[in-house]
Amino acid sequence: MGDCLRSTVKEMPQVPVPPSSYEAGRNQYYSTKILKEMLKEVPEDALKLLGVTEKDLCIPILTYVFGEAQLGGTASVVSLARLRQEHYGVAPDRPLLLERLRKESLHELGHTFGLIHCPSRDCVMYLSNTVVDVDGKGRTFCRACQMVVASQTGAGREG
Amino acid sequence: MTMEKSVNIMVVDDEEIVRDSLSSWLEEDGYKVEAVESGKKALERLPAKLWDLMLVDLKMPGMDGIQLMEEVRKTNPDMLVIIMTAYATVDTAVKAMKKGAYDYFVKPFNPDDISLTIRKIVDHHKLVQENLFLRKELKKQYKLRDMISKNEKMLEIFDLARTVAKSSSTVLIQGESGTGKELLARAIHDESPRSEAPFISVSCASLTESLLESELFGHEKGAFTGASAIKRGKLELAQDGTLFLDEIGDISLKLQMDLLRVLEQREFRRVGGSDLIAITSRIIAATNRDLKRAIEEGRFRADLYYRLNVISIHIPPLRERREDIPLLVEHFVEKFNIEMGKRIRGVGEGAMKILMDNDWPGNARELRNVIERAVVVAKGNVLTESDISLPAAAGGANHRAKSLEEIEKEHIRVVLNENQWNIVRTAQTLGIDRVTLYNKIKKFDLKKDGGALKEC
Repeated sequence: MGDCLRSTVKEMPQVPVPPSSYEAGRNQYYSTKILKEMLKEVPEDALKLLGVTEKDLCIPILTYVFGEAQLGGTASVVSLARLRQEHYGVAPDRPLLLERLRKESLHELGHTFGLIHCPSRDCVMYLSNTVVDVDGKGRTFCRACQMVVASQTGAGREG
Repeated sequence: MTMEKSVNIMVVDDEEIVRDSLSSWLEEDGYKVEAVESGKKALERLPAKLWDLMLVDLKMPGMDGIQLMEEVRKTNPDMLVIIMTAYATVDTAVKAMKKGAYDYFVKPFNPDDISLTIRKIVDHHKLVQENLFLRKELKKQYKLRDMISKNEKMLEIFDLARTVAKSSSTVLIQGESGTGKELLARAIHDESPRSEAPFISVSCASLTESLLESELFGHEKGAFTGASAIKRGKLELAQDGTLFLDEIGDISLKLQMDLLRVLEQREFRRVGGSDLIAITSRIIAATNRDLKRAIEEGRFRADLYYRLNVISIHIPPLRERREDIPLLVEHFVEKFNIEMGKRIRGVGEGAMKILMDNDWPGNARELRNVIERAVVVAKGNVLTESDISLPAAAGGANHRAKSLEEIEKEHIRVVLNENQWNIVRTAQTLGIDRVTLYNKIKKFDLKKDGGALKEC
């Protein structure tokens, strides 16, 4: 994924999901609250911060989200819960899960670079509310979206 | 990377958490979102923008969602409103829909449902708006009150056209090419009780005799080689509307006879067909030829002429109503300003003189083309002499008497403009030396609008 952003990716130590983000009535976690907590932990040398969690995420107005990001900000979070085949009663598929995670992570990071949803299905910024959408869309940024990311990371400048 | 259009959505909900989460989620989808906490605030913000959609919470203190929707409808009857509620009951859903809500969503929404619905209604709404706009534009263009002239003869023509529009009489419009015969025909159609039915135009000169026959009358399957299916002709397509036969002076004698019979009997058969089809359309014919002369020369049937010439309208050429030139120029500048997003405010004195002095053999159409080009090339916000490029007067079409000196002056001006006032190139083209050219510029008092002469 780092190659797509032309940035160095550093893995941070695992941290528990903030208990305050738990929505008891829905048995889900409120992703915006997670983002707020994450912002307290941004390392000085980090341009963006991505959280990955097993927990099922939601925001108050939507029944679920695959992830959330601060549009044009720093923090983003992605959930594995609904990317797993098991969630839909199908046998586990690890390579497919990793591919979905890669796409959704790039997608949420794209939002932190200020990108909104892209009308091109070949672009990872294409809107995906279902795993069918996730599997159907491209795995990288389209040229236009790539340029926006590149203007902030230097990605793609050298060719 | 981004959506091609900016869509404005207003979110109205008393819960901050809903406003925030819905706004940021919609913003990721590329929408412009503004969230307010009450119906009162929503009404205040309503005139600020052209809103495409409102997402309104049903239960709010003070004014509830349905009351707000009713208030909004008073000033924005077409506003699309989606009602959101945390407590779904069939009664409230039915009430909201009956009061005109586009849809009704129960919180929390399934993300796929809401994004697809919003996208669908926004696209639909845009199409409806575009359609309304285009219909208005089309109508506007052909209304007689929008046809402009200061000329007495033209004003009489407009009066006559208005009267004629109410009848079903056949009309013959004569006039040089570019005088607006088809525009007048369309205006008559649009002012008539037939305006909701089709206006069908046929250019008689552009088709061969057999093609024109099948074009006008249509044909049955197998009527001739290649007729693989039934085709309805223009006469049939124009039922209840208006059939405009342009360049009627150019049709063959055989077709003239067929047309005469059709006009007399008010019915026709498709080519190769046996059923008689009644004609319910009004016929307007037009020509730029002198039909009386064509009759004398045996090229046009006198009986067809009299059949067509029930109401006769002759549009005078532009050179016989020069007072209309400034009016038309202003109209075209305004039209092209809108089409090209330009802001031309007017026409300079020198440029207007050129336009007034020209004889316009191509009439208003030619004037329109010259203005269109001028608006394209204009650098400032006033059209100047260098923006005006008149088509070369082919075969002495510009036949108003001119002295040799006038022609020389005009020619030098044209070549100077063509070469952007580059003296060396202009002198080369004219086959004279630079000094002679300078002397002639001085003698004829030729001036470039702004900027100095170029030597290289």
